[in-house]
Amino acid sequence: MSLPARIARRRYDDVVIAAPVTIPYQRHSTQSAHWWAGRALRRVLEVARLSAADVDGLAVSSFSLAPDSAVGLVQHLGVAPRWLDHIPMGGASGVVALRRAARAVQAGDADLVVCVAADTNQVDSFRNTLAGFSRFAQDASHPYGAGGPNAMFALLTDHYMRRFGVQREDFGRLCVAQRANAARFEHALLRAPLTLEQYLAARPVCDPLHLFDCVMPCAGAEAFIVTRAPVAAALSLPAARLLATIERHNAFATDAIQERGGWLLDAGELWDMAQLGPRELDLVQTYDDYPVISMMQFEGLGLCAAGEAAQFVRNHTFTLDGTLPHNTSGGQLSVGQAGAAGGYLGLVEALRQVTRAALGNQVERARTALVSGFGMINYDRGICTGAAILRGD
Amino acid sequence: MSSLPPAARSRAARRLVGAAARGRFALPVCMRCGAVQYPPRDVCVRCLYERLQLRAVPEGGTLLAVTTVRVTTDPWFRARLPWRIGSVRLDSGPTAIAHLHGGCEAGARVRLELKLDRSGEAVLFALPAVETATMQDDRQLREFTQEPRGRNILVTDGSSALGRETARALALAGARQVWVGSGQSSPAFAPRAVPSAGATDLPNIMPLVLDAADPRQLQQCAAQIGAELDVVVNTADGFRAGGGLSPDGAALVRASFEAVVVGLANLAQAFGPALCARAADPAHGMPAWVNVLSIYACASRPEWGAYSAAHAAARSYLSCLRAQFGRAGVRVAEVLTGPLDDPAHSDQPPPLVRPGQVAAAVVELLRAGREEVVVGEVAQDLLARLADSPKALERELARGVP
Ligand SMILES: [Zn+2]
Repeated sequence: MSLPARIARRRYDDVVIAAPVTIPYQRHSTQSAHWWAGRALRRVLEVARLSAADVDGLAVSSFSLAPDSAVGLVQHLGVAPRWLDHIPMGGASGVVALRRAARAVQAGDADLVVCVAADTNQVDSFRNTLAGFSRFAQDASHPYGAGGPNAMFALLTDHYMRRFGVQREDFGRLCVAQRANAARFEHALLRAPLTLEQYLAARPVCDPLHLFDCVMPCAGAEAFIVTRAPVAAALSLPAARLLATIERHNAFATDAIQERGGWLLDAGELWDMAQLGPRELDLVQTYDDYPVISMMQFEGLGLCAAGEAAQFVRNHTFTLDGTLPHNTSGGQLSVGQAGAAGGYLGLVEALRQVTRAALGNQVERARTALVSGFGMINYDRGICTGAAILRGD
Repeated sequence: MSSLPPAARSRAARRLVGAAARGRFALPVCMRCGAVQYPPRDVCVRCLYERLQLRAVPEGGTLLAVTTVRVTTDPWFRARLPWRIGSVRLDSGPTAIAHLHGGCEAGARVRLELKLDRSGEAVLFALPAVETATMQDDRQLREFTQEPRGRNILVTDGSSALGRETARALALAGARQVWVGSGQSSPAFAPRAVPSAGATDLPNIMPLVLDAADPRQLQQCAAQIGAELDVVVNTADGFRAGGGLSPDGAALVRASFEAVVVGLANLAQAFGPALCARAADPAHGMPAWVNVLSIYACASRPEWGAYSAAHAAARSYLSCLRAQFGRAGVRVAEVLTGPLDDPAHSDQPPPLVRPGQVAAAVVELLRAGREEVVVGEVAQDLLARLADSPKALERELARGVP
């Protein structure tokens, strides 16, 4: 049976994103995910001068909310939304929450959605998260040294380096530029300058990954509002329009090892919907828990050809004043990885940039931003990919 | 309690344990489309059919990527860092993460084995495709085996050819020392009788007076050798013919249970704590308890009913020891054998199992890190018939088909 041709994707009309909030991260926290989510929600309401009763929709992402889900959180926080979503997609959570919320707002199912990602990092919680991360991880990766995502990304990196002739220096260029950006971003946990020599001399963690290739787990929260332009205007909130989004799960499942991600299947649709091309971007935020995956995003999203990200990195500069400002807050590699909030970090930072509200690290003439997400090493590879293009005024 | 590697598994993953215990390489295969499933699934990844069964699949693969884990959240691995793992494209289709032998390099061909890890769960281990003489000495491989070389081993019953041959085979396999117990069934045991079993050339065999019927005597033995003990091989067989219609039926059962079951319990009580304590120290390899059992532990042979029942009970008790010693990181294994070629079975038709075959199987089991090995054609045939139809086998054994 052949199905009818797909309809064209609808544009997002007057859906806007506003009120970017970052609750400053902490290396460890004795508080709960509920505490971090509550602080983020309160801060969003303060910024927008709203009350809890105005929370018409809520999207939640967290790894450390158990035994609660978004349901437990609404009672805990005392809100009564008519639209609620729980998005357990790790590093793709920000983009996916945005897509879900945008369509709900566009269709009138909710007029104002708060999207929140929050995680705590208690002293032993990272170990427990790894041990029970997924069925396949429990059965077939965790018992093999219990190296967590470091070990799985080490395998992907080892393969990628040999497959495409990539050197550690290529990854180092990205990491060093991000650290330079973090020096201007007050919430980054790691702001000490990093040289390429220091990057190369760092201790190995999971060969070929060394210390500065790996994120530091921490506690923190990120949030933003999705609503209609007239609502944002009435609240006097600077806002960005949503030009396009994509999402994909479990792409290229028969590849022997991950060397490309789902973006490659959907990038054409992303640029078509946005009616622009990669050269028109003012900045890019990739999901950077390891530099190899930033490279796969450059390739998958059409910034360069497949397998050519290393050359792309050699041809560009990625600092705030570079030829392509990238991970302008320092990314997770410098700010820290606050669980699912890591999947919001690039989106919230892009929103600050295109609404001219950056926290000391403003990119000049920042108007159009690409944000990319990547989530959930369910077993040997990341499953969820997504991307969004935002435009400020 | 000593730490163990991560032991949580789904039911589908636990189905691999049986294959790993026997040293077979088998993965779940879809009964409709033939797709090999890894990680183990509940529904076929290719056609969504729900009947997936364990089948032998090709053991070969290509090592796509390698990493050396230097930071881990797990205490057991932390004591053993650095630890190498790899991503292997199996010839049967899927990609698997596997523990690596030191000789495996990225890009090379490898051969996979299913091993039991220290928690007793099934894991994949990749070895170089081409065997080398020193392959067994690999640091990571030895975490999954109980290689006898350099270890201190007690064989409980030297009164039988089975016990003496087992001691000799272990000594020849490079054991540091092998104590050979006198066995309960031979009160007149003379320690000097052991070397005369043809082992005079093996200085690492030492006789030990040991009475499995006497807990106090066993405690003294344990105090003497327990601190160094790595492996116990219990070879007590206690063979006695006779079943339900024997005039001394109940006495026969009592004697068989004393020799086989109570003897095992006494030995386990005396030497089990020493093995468990030994397991806590990562400097030593994995301690093991190996029990030789009759295949009639699995299905009663009526004319040997008391003997069959005692071995069935011992096998059940061994399962209890496996759980309880296993929590400390001790492997509990069984060698299932058909009737032995010894004076007690002189009236039995061939093929009989030579004691040396069992001895070789004990060495092989330890070397490969298995939990179960079946020796001889009679035993293998019986298990195949049991798997096919337990009731048919029961009738066949009733009609005198061994
Ligand atoms: Zn199938």
